[in-house]
Amino acid sequence: MANVALRKVVKKYDRTEAVRGIDLDIADKEFIVLVGPSGCGKSTTLRMIAGLEEVTDGEILIGGDLVNDVPPKDRDIAMVFQNYALYPHMTVYENMSFGLRLKKFPKAEIKSRVDHAAGILGITELLERRPRQLSGGQRQRVAMGRAIVRNPRVFLFDEPLSNLDAKLRVQMRTEIKKVHQTVKTTTVYVTHDQIEAMTLADRVVVMNAGTIEQLGTPHDLYHTPRTKFVAGFIGSPAMNFVNCKLVEAAGGGLSTRLGNGLTFKVPPDRTQRYKSHVGRELLFGLRPEHITEPRGDLRPDCQEFDVTLDVVEPMGMETMVYFMVEDTEVCGRVNPASAGAPGQPMRLVAELGNMHLIDPQTEAVI
Amino acid sequence: MVDTTPRGLAAAAATMNRAPTRRSGGASLRVLARRRSTTAFLFALPLLAVVGGLIVYPGFYAIYLSMLNKAQTKFIWFGNYTFLFTRDSFWMVVQQSVLFAVTAVFFKALIGVITAHLVNNLPAKGQRKWRGMLLVPWVIPLSLSTLGWWWMFDPTYSAFNWAFAQIGGPHIHWLSEPAWARFCTILVNVWYGSPFFLIMYLAALKSVPGELYEAASIDGASAWQKLIHVTLPMMRNIISITVLFSLIVTFANYDVVRVLTAGGPRDTTHVFATWAFLLGIQSGDIPLGASVSLFMLPILAISAVFILRGVRRRGREI
Repeated sequence: MANVALRKVVKKYDRTEAVRGIDLDIADKEFIVLVGPSGCGKSTTLRMIAGLEEVTDGEILIGGDLVNDVPPKDRDIAMVFQNYALYPHMTVYENMSFGLRLKKFPKAEIKSRVDHAAGILGITELLERRPRQLSGGQRQRVAMGRAIVRNPRVFLFDEPLSNLDAKLRVQMRTEIKKVHQTVKTTTVYVTHDQIEAMTLADRVVVMNAGTIEQLGTPHDLYHTPRTKFVAGFIGSPAMNFVNCKLVEAAGGGLSTRLGNGLTFKVPPDRTQRYKSHVGRELLFGLRPEHITEPRGDLRPDCQEFDVTLDVVEPMGMETMVYFMVEDTEVCGRVNPASAGAPGQPMRLVAELGNMHLIDPQTEAVI
Repeated sequence: MVDTTPRGLAAAAATMNRAPTRRSGGASLRVLARRRSTTAFLFALPLLAVVGGLIVYPGFYAIYLSMLNKAQTKFIWFGNYTFLFTRDSFWMVVQQSVLFAVTAVFFKALIGVITAHLVNNLPAKGQRKWRGMLLVPWVIPLSLSTLGWWWMFDPTYSAFNWAFAQIGGPHIHWLSEPAWARFCTILVNVWYGSPFFLIMYLAALKSVPGELYEAASIDGASAWQKLIHVTLPMMRNIISITVLFSLIVTFANYDVVRVLTAGGPRDTTHVFATWAFLLGIQSGDIPLGASVSLFMLPILAISAVFILRGVRRRGREI
């Protein structure tokens, strides 16, 4: 068990800078997820922690030891790859025990460790099979088993669920969480899927263009994103962004003027925060789940408004309704029973307690 | 009107069942021509003709020839073979052919694996240049390049002996001492054949997923352990097939021995092909020559069975 620390870590390939001086402290037994779009540097960061990529500048510490020049085999880490990277010519047992056999562990010890890991993952009956005789989910389990038997200080996962179908992905996600709760090893997990990040992580690192955009608990990232990128990246469907102007309201307080004659009142507790931006053109952000149908009494931080529906997408337990505000498409999430038809008017409620205002120049959430 | 009662349908079915037996010869030919299998056979016919004309016919003709007497007037069954078995020179040729082929293929495979690894580890930019250069021995017509080697092995004027003389080394009669002559024929064959192994192994190396090496690095494997536990097992099928292929080609090799030593000194470097040529063409005993060349067939067939069985088994595993 160990903590992992990254200090001003930089990775350059010729002239391109894949990772631009990131700092990160991962506590012992913590489950950290690096999430971001393709090419944001998350996999490179993980591979630097693994020792598969050289660090151009900065320091990586595992358990307090500087490991920049330590080869992967001496870092006491285990990694699960996107394509599983199982040795096709070895049986499941041989795959899982390979690392231990190289380290000349006694046979009895190897057997007990493999059996234990196979028990945790429910693959005991597959031990004599070869990888090609296994399904995707079983291969994924074997890859995890290979990591578990090593009893490493740190687990590294590089997009381990990307090759599985949607149903299996959800199932394996739960398995990974369960394994972490059982084994309790420091884990660094890379994914581009923000739902995976939110469900698995103790803390999520949102990366963008080689830098850390925001680091925080899933709750923090969802409710208090610091930048437009994080606000848009976390949450599905993505947050709606509409151009607005922040103005003084007639009866005191502030309001945002969105176009189409739509004006939302800023909740009184935000007035102080936004006061210095009055008169500016800003971006108004509100998640689809905070645009709903009217439900009984209107809360003080909610405001009703009328729109003409553009597109209606029934999802079963909820329905997405899309409407235009000037030339921007906005999505709301309503009860299927109250959703109207396309082209028809509908009354919606904006939960303004969850609104965000973003500075369009710096893209920072105000 | 169509009779749809059960009895009517049964009668109709019975009529249909009987119908083919009453058809004329022309009608059944038409049915035959319309069959999918007939069409497939017609499409495959040109290939079958090529295989029959170039492989089956010459093969059986060689077997037939090997069972005739020298004047090709009498069928003597296995007379040529039993005659060969009594000859010491034949057993010497068997021994030399096996030594020549097995040693040459072993070193070709070894050098192929090593050079493939070296080239694979070169940066991508320079790799093509090296790959091209290393293929040169394989591209030059063998009899021409062997002539070059023959010149280099010349005892008086050769580059080798000159180089040895510079460092005070011995003066070697490369092609006139049996042991050295055998060494030279194998050396030239290895020089010529290694690039084939190089290119096959390089392709195989490139097909091994990089993640396996990364996983092995993390599992704690050294470079040597990665070679033993990842690379070689992943390449086993390619190695087996190239070895089999090369074994066949090397056993049948003619050019190197013919140009370099012509089988000498004292027939010690003869291999099946050159000895078959000597007996069959130069000495005019075609049936005996044919039986010598056919002697390779069972050796290669047996090794092919074993190697291909291994390939199939591993193919199912991986």
